[in-house]
Amino acid sequence: MASVPVTVGRARPQGRARAFVERLRRGDNVAHLIVWLAAASIIVVTVMLVYQLYVNSALPRHKFGLSFFLGKTWDPVRGEFGALPFIYGTVVSSALALLLAVPLGVGAAIFLSELAPPRISNATTFVIELLAAVPSVIYGLLGIFISVPLLRTVVMPFLKTTLGFLPLFKGPIFGVSMLAGGFVLAFMIVPFIISVSREVLMAVPVEQREAALGVGATKWESTWHVVVPYARVGILASVFLALARALGETMAVTMVIGNDPKISASLFAPAYSIAAVIANEFTEATGDLYLQALIELGLVLFLITILINGLARLVIVATTQKGAAQG
Amino acid sequence: MRLKSALISIALGAALIMAGVITLVDFPAAAPAPSPLLINAAGATFPYPIYSKWFTEYNRVHPDIQINYQAIGSGGGIRQLQTGTVDFGASDMPLNDQLLNDFKFKVLHFPTVLGAVVPAYNIQGINQELNFTPQALADIYLGKVTKWNDPAIADANPGVNLPNQDIVVVHRSDGSGTTFVWTDFLCKVNGVWDAKVGRNTSVNWPLGLGGKGNEGVAGLVKQTPGAIGYVELIYALQNQIPYGRVKNPAGIFIKADLASTTAAAAAESKTMPADFRVSITNAQGKGAYPICSFTYLLIPANIQDTTKKTVIKDFLHWMLTTGQNEVEGLSYAKLPEDVVAREMKAIAEIN
Repeated sequence: MASVPVTVGRARPQGRARAFVERLRRGDNVAHLIVWLAAASIIVVTVMLVYQLYVNSALPRHKFGLSFFLGKTWDPVRGEFGALPFIYGTVVSSALALLLAVPLGVGAAIFLSELAPPRISNATTFVIELLAAVPSVIYGLLGIFISVPLLRTVVMPFLKTTLGFLPLFKGPIFGVSMLAGGFVLAFMIVPFIISVSREVLMAVPVEQREAALGVGATKWESTWHVVVPYARVGILASVFLALARALGETMAVTMVIGNDPKISASLFAPAYSIAAVIANEFTEATGDLYLQALIELGLVLFLITILINGLARLVIVATTQKGAAQG
Repeated sequence: MRLKSALISIALGAALIMAGVITLVDFPAAAPAPSPLLINAAGATFPYPIYSKWFTEYNRVHPDIQINYQAIGSGGGIRQLQTGTVDFGASDMPLNDQLLNDFKFKVLHFPTVLGAVVPAYNIQGINQELNFTPQALADIYLGKVTKWNDPAIADANPGVNLPNQDIVVVHRSDGSGTTFVWTDFLCKVNGVWDAKVGRNTSVNWPLGLGGKGNEGVAGLVKQTPGAIGYVELIYALQNQIPYGRVKNPAGIFIKADLASTTAAAAAESKTMPADFRVSITNAQGKGAYPICSFTYLLIPANIQDTTKKTVIKDFLHWMLTTGQNEVEGLSYAKLPEDVVAREMKAIAEIN
């Protein structure tokens, strides 16, 4: 319908202008234009961001090439820069956070949407949404003063005595570590998972539950086999939103992760993340190569985020098709 | 209706008169006080408390001049000075030749105050001040000395019952002038450190945990049994963190304080180059603490704007005289007298 006046307008410029004014007067196109600009500005900002990161990291890109991704040494004195320990720290700490946060978050969301009385559910959700708004430096402080001592004196010795045969739990215990980083990140992202997953679960039509109960399913069977699968795309979306926050988190991570750019199999060893090293070293970086190497790290973080978001899309597409086939 | 229009005209008239009065009152007040001359500066965070005090005090004496200082870090200050977005910069370390060559104009260094870096530690059952030889500190940070009862430490501390405990090394994770001073000292006293690690605001640490800022390092040391870390003297003094003595080249284990820091600068001032670009770590002299440094203002040698030039020169003069009397109140060590005298002469180089 809408395309008809446009083609007519193209044939007669004068008529097109008149049609444009006509449509402007109707107001619909003004709204159309405004929301289009809003959407376009996001794309423009993203493109400009990548362009700036790319242009301003020319020196290390030419000097190190692909070895920037694989280099294990970060030596500002000698001008030798490799990103691998930071990539490792970022990915592993975020994965660890997901491992801890997803069962906790999804479990809590199921309870709040399916089992809890509405009043308790709403009150708890309010508190959880407050948690999501707490600045990350506060999580970092809680990490330093509560999580790290707890990990050092209780959790890590326990893991070492029970699971110490695994390389994951070997080595000296300092408290600040990859494990502490994952732990604090998990606390930070759990509110996102709970909040979004609960909304998604609540949006599952009542008929779905009634049908399940009608054919003789128990409450739990209806929840686990009908409601959760129905909502899984939304739950996955919440997990990836949480992951995005974990990957880019700076302050809380740097306060507890130990800030040592080494790759170690043990979760007890200190590590370092990309966002943390940029925040730590950017202000005092002298010399173009050093500064640009930090900017290239920003580009690497951006690539990781794109890669993971791409994977997220694939997962969502795959599960949706599987769901459709089952249906 | 008539009442209404009458009210409106009264209101309008009143508004007009008010506007007139406001204009009358406002105008003469605004005329004699033109907007103050704004001078922008940026750089090091370490001297920020004293700079901020100086600029406020200076503004009180000269209400028409306002110096706006952004504590964005030495690296940021150097970059902003390079691009000309600030009138002068500030750095915790002197610019090396390569950095100076990158500038399109000549830059002068003016030392302002002194800072020192001290070793803090946390060993259960040890409350006394420990003695550290430079060799022991270097070997601890290289990972060669790993136990507190290693002879490298124990021999310097007769009578102290050091435990057979692992040493946990803590360093700064953020780029910092403090790290520069610490690594510069280790370079001077240990050839292996010099060859393997070097000196910079951030280095490739052989081992250890990184804490963000003085508070991060102090926090990690306090929390972790067996830890050793380095913090600024000011931070240790203000937060009452116990710290050790370090052996100076004269062979004396000396505790860092404001006097022993100034003494280090005084000891090096005779051999100091004309541009003040000097490291004063490991200074000779019995009373000199070996891990300290100047912090600098970076001033362009040619300032086009004559008003700004006069103001900056006057500020430097004020900083070296009145300003120096205020530094110890904020736990900074003041400049020795002959350095002040030499800087006074150097002010003339700005033109």
